[in-house]
Amino acid sequence: MSQRSAPRPSGALGKDLLALEPLTADQIRLILDTAEPFKEISERAIKKVPTLRGATIVNLFFEASTRTRISFEFAEKRLSADTVNVAASGSSVSKGETLVDTARNLEAMRIDMVVIRHGASGAAKFLADRIESNVINAGDGTHEHPTQGLLDLLTIRDHFKRFEGLKVCICGDVLHSRVARSNLWGLKKLGAEVAVCGPRSLLPNAIDQLGVTIFDRIEDAIQWADALNILRLQLERMEGGYIPSLREYNRVFGVTRERLERAPRDVLILHPGPMNRGVEIDSDVADGPHSVILDQVTNGVAVRMAVLYLLAGGRPELAESAKRGGER
Amino acid sequence: MPPKDPTTVLDARAVERTLKRIADEIVELNDGIEDLVVVGIQRRGVQLAQRIVTMIEKSEGGRVPSGALDITLYRDDLQTVGPRPVVGPTHIPWVIDDKHVVIVDDVLYTGRTVRAALDELADFGRPSRIALAVLVDRGGRELPIHADIVGKKVDVQNGERIDVLVEELDGRDAVILVSRGDA
Repeated sequence: MSQRSAPRPSGALGKDLLALEPLTADQIRLILDTAEPFKEISERAIKKVPTLRGATIVNLFFEASTRTRISFEFAEKRLSADTVNVAASGSSVSKGETLVDTARNLEAMRIDMVVIRHGASGAAKFLADRIESNVINAGDGTHEHPTQGLLDLLTIRDHFKRFEGLKVCICGDVLHSRVARSNLWGLKKLGAEVAVCGPRSLLPNAIDQLGVTIFDRIEDAIQWADALNILRLQLERMEGGYIPSLREYNRVFGVTRERLERAPRDVLILHPGPMNRGVEIDSDVADGPHSVILDQVTNGVAVRMAVLYLLAGGRPELAESAKRGGER
Repeated sequence: MPPKDPTTVLDARAVERTLKRIADEIVELNDGIEDLVVVGIQRRGVQLAQRIVTMIEKSEGGRVPSGALDITLYRDDLQTVGPRPVVGPTHIPWVIDDKHVVIVDDVLYTGRTVRAALDELADFGRPSRIALAVLVDRGGRELPIHADIVGKKVDVQNGERIDVLVEELDGRDAVILVSRGDA
């Protein structure tokens, strides 16, 4: 497209996937549509296609992660890429310089892509601006977690087949949640109505300026919503004085079966994991008939395969010549 | 052939006749329909395979399993796939071990699609035999691959292209030869 000077441009998405905020609705739809056929690959006896054969991908995780790292690794391996995991959970990497040095050293070993999770908001972009490899943001501080947002979107679309006019409420610790931000951007771009619900201490200031509805009571959110995306209450927040106690949080904001039974319709339940059962979500709800929490995990692999595939492929100028000489 | 309006190589009735003949040849090659599985390559191969299967089932009176293969992920040219690479569904709901698989595609050209299809099929199982049936063989092979059953052989000059149209996607059945002008 317009990024002629970028070293690895892709017509569809650009060099990197850093956030959902800068993407267009069409680009998000392209990723979701591309994820569809990838679902089938994970159902095969041999769960592998040769698409990224020869590509080397580094999973650079500066923060603990089980689900996301494993999900990326499955996605990479099912596309036949070679993967290296770097868990730099130490403290010496908190400075920007060190982050870039780590990545440049890896790049000197001829890698193709970096999947990065980092505690600092903007770390993924910082890296993407400085290295030639494709960069995928696997969560940066409280900024965004785009592939989680995409897998939530895919799961919602699987269920409702549409976004236009759909009411989705993001519940809990929106203030610290990169998942909330990616969801918010993605859902709004695709035409859904978005609300948030949680204690005011855990909602960002001026969030209403993003065009979302605010519910102070979970009962009201449940009355309103077609789907709830229930965020994990990060337990360290209690020590930070954001909430009085876990029990009180559960009593006021917990999503329980009793509360859901009073809803005028079946409410779809999403949770990005890991769950605190009995805090933000009760076990009855997490394991209940309207929970799609495990579908989210399954969809996560397909969505990440789609992102890897789209970032790896397709240089527009080559595509033209391929089209000319490219029947079979 | 000078550049001019598209030439019709096969019209709708000729396509129908040709598919019928391909269906008969598949049955002949396979000595009946036992163990036969017909797999179409996305996109237009899938519709052709579907029709061939219907013809075989009608004439032989039995059920023939069919499937669809999208070879996008097995191509050797990911870097050139283009700005909106759309991957279609692969659907092989049958065990293909020890079966006689017939791959159906609309046009056989370089052979690279077929190479990719063979690789993909190998990931689903080990058929006892794989055969290839195409509606049009336009020459220009870049790999040692040939079709067992060919509907129509067409000589294609430089600057020309074969288009296969199918009712389901294009509104009509035809095989046409188009010159690759700027228009």
